[in-house]
Amino acid sequence: MASTSAAGSDITGFTRELFMGRLNSKFMHPFPEPKEEDLETLKMLVDPFSKFMENENDAAKNDRECAVDEAVKESLKPMGAYGMMTPEEYGGVGLDHTGYARLVEVVGAHDLGLGIHLGASQSIGYKGIVLYGNKEQKEKYLPKLASGEHVAAFCLTEDGSGSDAQSIKTRAVPADDGSGDFILNGGKIWISNGGLAEVFTVFAQTPQPDGKDKMTAFIVERGFGGITNGAPEKKMGINCSNTTTLNFDDTRVPAANVLGEVGGGFKVAMGILNQGRFGMGGALTGTMKTCMKYAAAHAAERTQFGKKIGEFEMIQGKLAGMATRLYATESLAYAIAGNMDRGVTDFQMEAACGKVFSSECAWWVADETLQILGGLGFMREYPIERIVRDLRIFRIFEGSSEILRLFVALYGVKAAGDDLKPLQKALKNPLANLGAIVGPAVSIARARIGAPEKPSLDFAPAQLRPAADVVEDCAARLGAATRELLLKHGKGIVDRQLPLERAASAAMEITAATAAIARATRAVSRSTDTAALEVSLANGFALEAGQRVRALIRDMTPSSEAGTTIDPLRRDIAKSVIAAGEYPARHPLGF
Amino acid sequence: MRVFVGVKRAVDYAAKVRIQADKKAVDISNVKMAINPFCEIAVEEAVRLKEKKVAEEVVAVSIGPKQAQEVIRQALAMGADRGIHVTTDMRVDQELQPLAVAKIMAALTGEHDPSAWLLGKQAIDDDSNQVAQMLAGLLDWPQATFASEVEVSEDKKSATVTREIDGGLQTIEVPLPAVISADLRLNEPRYATLPNIMKAKKKKIDTVDAASLGVDLAGQIEVLEVSEPATREAGSKVEDVDALLAKLKADGLL
Repeated sequence: MASTSAAGSDITGFTRELFMGRLNSKFMHPFPEPKEEDLETLKMLVDPFSKFMENENDAAKNDRECAVDEAVKESLKPMGAYGMMTPEEYGGVGLDHTGYARLVEVVGAHDLGLGIHLGASQSIGYKGIVLYGNKEQKEKYLPKLASGEHVAAFCLTEDGSGSDAQSIKTRAVPADDGSGDFILNGGKIWISNGGLAEVFTVFAQTPQPDGKDKMTAFIVERGFGGITNGAPEKKMGINCSNTTTLNFDDTRVPAANVLGEVGGGFKVAMGILNQGRFGMGGALTGTMKTCMKYAAAHAAERTQFGKKIGEFEMIQGKLAGMATRLYATESLAYAIAGNMDRGVTDFQMEAACGKVFSSECAWWVADETLQILGGLGFMREYPIERIVRDLRIFRIFEGSSEILRLFVALYGVKAAGDDLKPLQKALKNPLANLGAIVGPAVSIARARIGAPEKPSLDFAPAQLRPAADVVEDCAARLGAATRELLLKHGKGIVDRQLPLERAASAAMEITAATAAIARATRAVSRSTDTAALEVSLANGFALEAGQRVRALIRDMTPSSEAGTTIDPLRRDIAKSVIAAGEYPARHPLGF
Repeated sequence: MRVFVGVKRAVDYAAKVRIQADKKAVDISNVKMAINPFCEIAVEEAVRLKEKKVAEEVVAVSIGPKQAQEVIRQALAMGADRGIHVTTDMRVDQELQPLAVAKIMAALTGEHDPSAWLLGKQAIDDDSNQVAQMLAGLLDWPQATFASEVEVSEDKKSATVTREIDGGLQTIEVPLPAVISADLRLNEPRYATLPNIMKAKKKKIDTVDAASLGVDLAGQIEVLEVSEPATREAGSKVEDVDALLAKLKADGLL
């Protein structure tokens, strides 16, 4: 199945273009999908795996006991669950991205904690060996990792280094015996599988010839010595996953265990995270579907005031909001996986959007499910309270919502800035470059008066025009607002996080809406049995998202009320809070 | 010894079925299909015989449209060695009836010379429970139906089979070749593992046109009508046990 073709390698990302007011629909349409025979194989894989998860794994018990049941783990090993994407030649199942997304959807539907145990090993723990390892490293480590005989852990985060990964303090210096080995010292925190793993991907600073430190990635075996882990952390959720501190005390790492190049560790770390991020959308799609089942059943069964509560509009509004978000999340997740499978290499911004979007939608969906279930949802006998606890971390780890919003916005703004460079250059010497100014200046002027060059989703059929119109309008507005922001702030834009946050949120919603439209378009063209429903879901999502996006974009521009008044106020209030170290206002009673 | 296992593609046990508009059949156009659970038990038993080195080869046989290959692949993923797909466009839940199925299997027997046929005792779509018996009759082989335990003798000339019968358990010995049908408690089928499913893609499935086997496929039974089970009537609540007893008596239930 890992038949990555080069067919899509010339397709560029979707989200970056949005910041220039363009819709690169090639990324989304035709909606990417596996070959017929790969789909058939995948169908065969899903069934027994779902039955296994349904019948054998007890998520509530795992949560209660803060560990994955040993018998379940033993069964998961021959099942192939520890090496789903690892190439077959190294004993893995050899799934492509779409296949992996579909199977982790099954895991996410049943037990997110188990999902983290499995994902921490293969999606990040030893992904580096698959992506950057040399032949010897792959042959030595992958077979035992793919079979689950060993599990792996990804070790980046430290006490003083979270989102700012470059600031890690763990160091590896060449041994003074001239062997070329490294001596590793330092401490890591919050390492998933930290207490179970046999193999670690460890990031550490290594001294460079110029005297400065640069990050290097290492494959470290527990047996190398000097490695200790703390007790399992007590957490809010994903309790059955093992999370510990990890300490390296003069751990000797052979030169052969450098992963990638010495000094190339940051690239390795980001590569692993970027490559692994797509899976979260798949897993959380499964979680949301589980929530929907409970919400739908309760809405259909619970009677209050003589009616089924599903007949009340407030409950209907919630169910529709859940379904449309789920449809958008699912569409984006499989669009990203499908593009990775067809060889598209420019997917990092979309994967970041997918991670943020899926984790926030899943949180929203689980919360609304709990609300629909009322008191029942709060009870331990129902799985929803566990799902809510399990979900909370997804907005934090593997790139927090905030850091990924900055990532998306800054890359988008940078692209828009590059696009504007000829104009900026020309502005420095206006008389000599009159021609260069006139073109872009005219389009900026047009953007300002609300008539930008119109981006188009011309593939959308008539039924999906409402959604397509919204997306086209929002893309044009985002492009115009980004230019305005750039012209106002120039390089200073990097510090204007509030408008950047809005720009990223807008881009994420538009990206997800476009994926939903492309997928519904395919359903229409094939007249599938749920085509009409999918049209409603895509239109429903896009229209609602459009309202949010227009407000976000309105508030993005420097001349808006948000830009001129609200944001400065918020900055001042925050300063007061931090200065006071607590709620700074006087009590209404004065004491 | 070579063991042939029948695998039928039937509506998934958990699927909700609807009746066709003409009330002549269940609507299977958009229903989840799966391997018939009793056939899955038969496959598991055959694979265990192979793992115990009793059987050298396990061949999974399915009759039906193109999609029948899905259940053959599943049997291959569980450990069967190869498959035979007998193709027909007849609906296997009612058009192709037990006698025709038994005749097809008998025809394959002559050609491939298996030492045993392991079948599910019945399929959950038509609930016929006839193929194993008819096949034994056509081949003039002994039959051991509703097996809950199968033990093949060391010389592989006979099998001791424990049968679940109304009064309890009956243990019989049958000389091989024989037809054995699996009951629910014979074993718990394994979950096909992901690596084995991938490997199953490379195993061979031979295709035979049912019409080429020279057997009469015509049905003996005509389906007059298929209808849904009566929907359950709403219950009613009673105050206490006395009221319950009174009501049960009044309704003639006590």
